[in-house]
Order: sequence, then structure tokens, then C-alpha cells
Amino acid sequence: MGIIKKKQDIEINDYPIIESHEGGSIILAKLDDLVNWARSNSLWPLTFGTRCCAIEFMAVGASRHDMARFGFEVARATPRQADMIIISGSINYKMAPVLKRLYDQMADPKYVIAMGACAVSGGPFYYNSYAIVKGADHVIPVDVYIPGCPPRPEALLYGMMQLQKKIRRERNFNSKKKDK
Amino acid sequence: MDELREIMITTDEIKTDEYLINMGPQHPSTHGVLRLLVQLEGEIVHNVQPHVGYIHSGIEKMAESLSYPQIGHLTDRMDYLSAHQNNEAVALCVENALQVEVPERVKYIRTIMSELSRLASHQLWWCVMGMDMGALTTFFYGLRDREDILDIFEETCGARLTVNYSIPGGLMFDIHPNFQRDVKAFIKKFKTKLPEYDRLLSGNVIFTERTKGVGFLSKEDAIAYGVTGPTGRASGFSCDLRKHRPYSAYDKVNFKEILSDVGDTYARYQVRMAEMWESMSIIEQLIDNIPEGDYAVKMKGVVKLPEGEFYQRVETARGEFGVFIVSDGKKNPYRVKFRSPGFSNLFAINHIAKGWKIADLVAIMSTFDLVIPDIDR
Repeated sequence: MGIIKKKQDIEINDYPIIESHEGGSIILAKLDDLVNWARSNSLWPLTFGTRCCAIEFMAVGASRHDMARFGFEVARATPRQADMIIISGSINYKMAPVLKRLYDQMADPKYVIAMGACAVSGGPFYYNSYAIVKGADHVIPVDVYIPGCPPRPEALLYGMMQLQKKIRRERNFNSKKKDK
Repeated sequence: MDELREIMITTDEIKTDEYLINMGPQHPSTHGVLRLLVQLEGEIVHNVQPHVGYIHSGIEKMAESLSYPQIGHLTDRMDYLSAHQNNEAVALCVENALQVEVPERVKYIRTIMSELSRLASHQLWWCVMGMDMGALTTFFYGLRDREDILDIFEETCGARLTVNYSIPGGLMFDIHPNFQRDVKAFIKKFKTKLPEYDRLLSGNVIFTERTKGVGFLSKEDAIAYGVTGPTGRASGFSCDLRKHRPYSAYDKVNFKEILSDVGDTYARYQVRMAEMWESMSIIEQLIDNIPEGDYAVKMKGVVKLPEGEFYQRVETARGEFGVFIVSDGKKNPYRVKFRSPGFSNLFAINHIAKGWKIADLVAIMSTFDLVIPDIDR
């Protein structure tokens, strides 16, 4: 059994406190932190690729860039097993209802990354194109926008890490004290 | 016993109804957002109806309000794995219309870059082909070697995928000083890596069982459906434009047109694997002989094509890519039509996949090497 001697220890450290004792160690943390730690480090993306960005998304999953280092371990083909969608490419008016449906099929909590200029704003198809939705955020809410046409794999990794950062700040359990 | 016999008789009489399933638009083995409406009886495919339009972006219509150098930027986004060849097609079409003769240096560099992007495209095809068959290792091997080509692209053009290097009149920039050294280093390295690919997949029992003798396409049907590229050549249809209508520096190099008369899934696989060796040999013949000179000819600020119709076709990694421009003498084209290889190849799928199992449909589709924005534009 671990005994925290100083009350300060809990207040100073936001992250789980690990104390080793005989017969094992104890982790003390806020429940929020534990949940966020777990969620942010095992984000499974949906294999959803529409345009050139999908190739860069594949490159991020492959040997040189290797997104598994950051916890984006497996890309899932079904939305029911995925935690986030990386919209890699343009969405047109025929595809928009499908994207909405995929998003609805995902289980909460779910996150969306708009990768590349097409998903951010319509990109090169912003002017004069009758088919392209001007930004995926017209269809589903987007958490992180990554510009580029297509973005470099490093940019995608950075965007994904920004999403992790966002998840770590989430408050999952309502507490009036914390809100103040 | 009688009871059992009764059950056996009844199971013989049971016939499964034909049913329709949707493959896609969100499906990992359709390589994008292609939707196939598959009519099945049990596991047997009776009819495949491709539905396109899920990535349609109206590039042809957009091109009507753009100037000629600007159209090239959009062709990158069509067949993004053969981005360089697409640019080259537009550039060649405009140059032919204006009767501009580009320097020899430009022709050599364009040919080398075309072959490099063909290599990169075939590498990616090989990864994805393995993945469709359930072999994840191929994905890592193929993309590992592909990064080397992308590094060369990045050094020369500043972009990894959407290069936009060929513009009407020549090239965007001159090649990087390290270009020749890097390409030679890559070829030397990849020559040792390509046999690895064969060891991994070509001789694999599971792979050959699933591909040999599956999904035949005869030469007559290939011609009738307009199937070009490695897919057509695997059926014995000699359609390599680099041989028949040489453009850029293809008339200065010796290479074989890879043909196979088998026409099954494995033949399509073998043709692409052999093409990678040919591409490397083409690059080797040119890389040391790049002539000195300008990397572009001076073009007018506003490119105006004379009135008329112009057509230029090139061989991309997927087949014959054509650009048809109708000009009315203004700075914008009156009409642009792209003849994309993916679109023609795709519609042979119903003919090929009929009678095979649905798992074979995935294998057949991956040897078609479909790029969906190339189909839909």
C-alpha cells in the first residue's frame, strides 16, 4: 500500500504518479488523465482515401515514417472499429452523404483530421468546379486541419500529434470545480 | 437413415437466390472510392457493375477556364501515380500545336522522369497487390524503395507526388546537380532489391494459387474493350506507345515491349514486374548521356493555340493516356478531353470477373492497378 506523504505531490504532478513498493507499484492519477492517456495513444484511423493524399497517408504508415511509433497502430477498414477519420482527398457532392454515414457509424469518441488542401477548403478545385464540396467541414466536424497538396508525411504526423495533444486536454467527467 | 436421406434431398434442391452486394465506396481493396455493385450467387460472381462518380471533380470543365500552363497542374491530381507522364502529355500536346521544338536535354530528362515515376507507380502497385492478397510485408518492402524515388523527385521538383515538372516549352527547373548521382545510386540499389520482390511474392504458393489461371482476358477482348498498358500487354495486345509512337527520347533507347499471351492475373503481375527491369534499363541508357543545353525554350507569356483540334497520347504506368484539345484560338481551350487508361480498363472487369469467386475479383482488380481519380477525373 502506498502512502502519499505530501499533499503537494498530487497537485504539482498532472501525470500519473508511480510509486514502487514491496509487492508492486501504485499509480495515482486523475481519471481524466488516465482515460486521455489511453485514448490518445491508441488512435486507430479509418482507411479512407480518396485522392493523392491517400498515398501520403500510406507512406506515413510504411517503413520510413511509421505512424505506429505514435500509437496510430492499425488502420481499420470498418468505421465501427476506428477512432478517427483522416479525410485524405477531396469530397464531392456524391461522396458527401457517404462520408456523413461513415462518420455516423463510428463509435464515440471520434475524431476527424482534414488532410490536404482539398479536404480543408476544396484546394485546387475551389474555383470553377461544380462537383467538389469546398471543405470537408461542410459535411462533418473537423478537429485538425493539415494544409498542403499533398502534405508531407511529416506534416501529417505533426497534425496527428496535435490531435493527440487535443485529446489529452479533454475533460470527460463533469466537475464544476474543475470548470472554475 | 431415412430422415438423413430426406434432409440430403432437400439440401440438393435448395438454390441460393442471387443477391447484390456493394463493394465500396469505402472498401480497402477498391483503392479509393470506387463502388462495385456485385451480383452473386453464393460466392460466384455473376455480374459486376462499376459505379463511378464518387471522386468526380470536373477537371475537364475546369480546364476550359484555365490557361494551357495551368491545365498541367490539374493533371497531376488525376493519375497521381503517373503525375509526370500526365504533365508530359499536356506539354507535348501544346508544343505540337505550336510546333515548338524543345531542346534535346528536355527530352532526355522527361524520359528519365517518366520512367522513374513508372517505377514508383509499379512499386506501389506491387505493395497494394500483396496487401489485397493479405500479405502485409509487401507493403513495407515496396514503400521502402519507393521513398528513394520520391527523394529524387523532391530534390528536383520540390514535390513528392504532384511534381508538375513538365510544362509547355520544357521543364519547370533544371535538374538538381545531384540528380545523376542519385538516380544511379537508386538503380544500383533497386537492382538488388527487385529480386527480393520476386522471392517474396512471385514464387509464393498462396499467391500463385490465387492468381495463376484466374481471370482470363483474351487479346480480342482486350482490343474490343480498349484495355491498354500492362493489363492489355499481358493479353498479348501490343499497345506500348513508347514503341509504336515514340515521343520524347524513347526513339533513342533500346528496350523490349513486354508481352504475354496468357492473359490471366498472374500474367498481368509478371508483365509489370518485367517492366520494372525495362524501365531501369531505359534510365541507365539515358542517365549518362543527358546533353547540355537549356531546360526550356522561351514561350510567350500568354500561350495561345491556333484554331483546331490536337491530340497527344503517352504511355503512363496504367496505359494509354490521351489529351484532346479543341482550341478556338484563345488563351483558354474550347474543350479538353482526357482519355484515361483507368476508365477503359475498368469496364473490362465485368467480362473478366464473371464466373469467378468474389475473392478472385479482388485479385483481378488489383492487377488492373486502378487509380480512381484517373477513372473519374
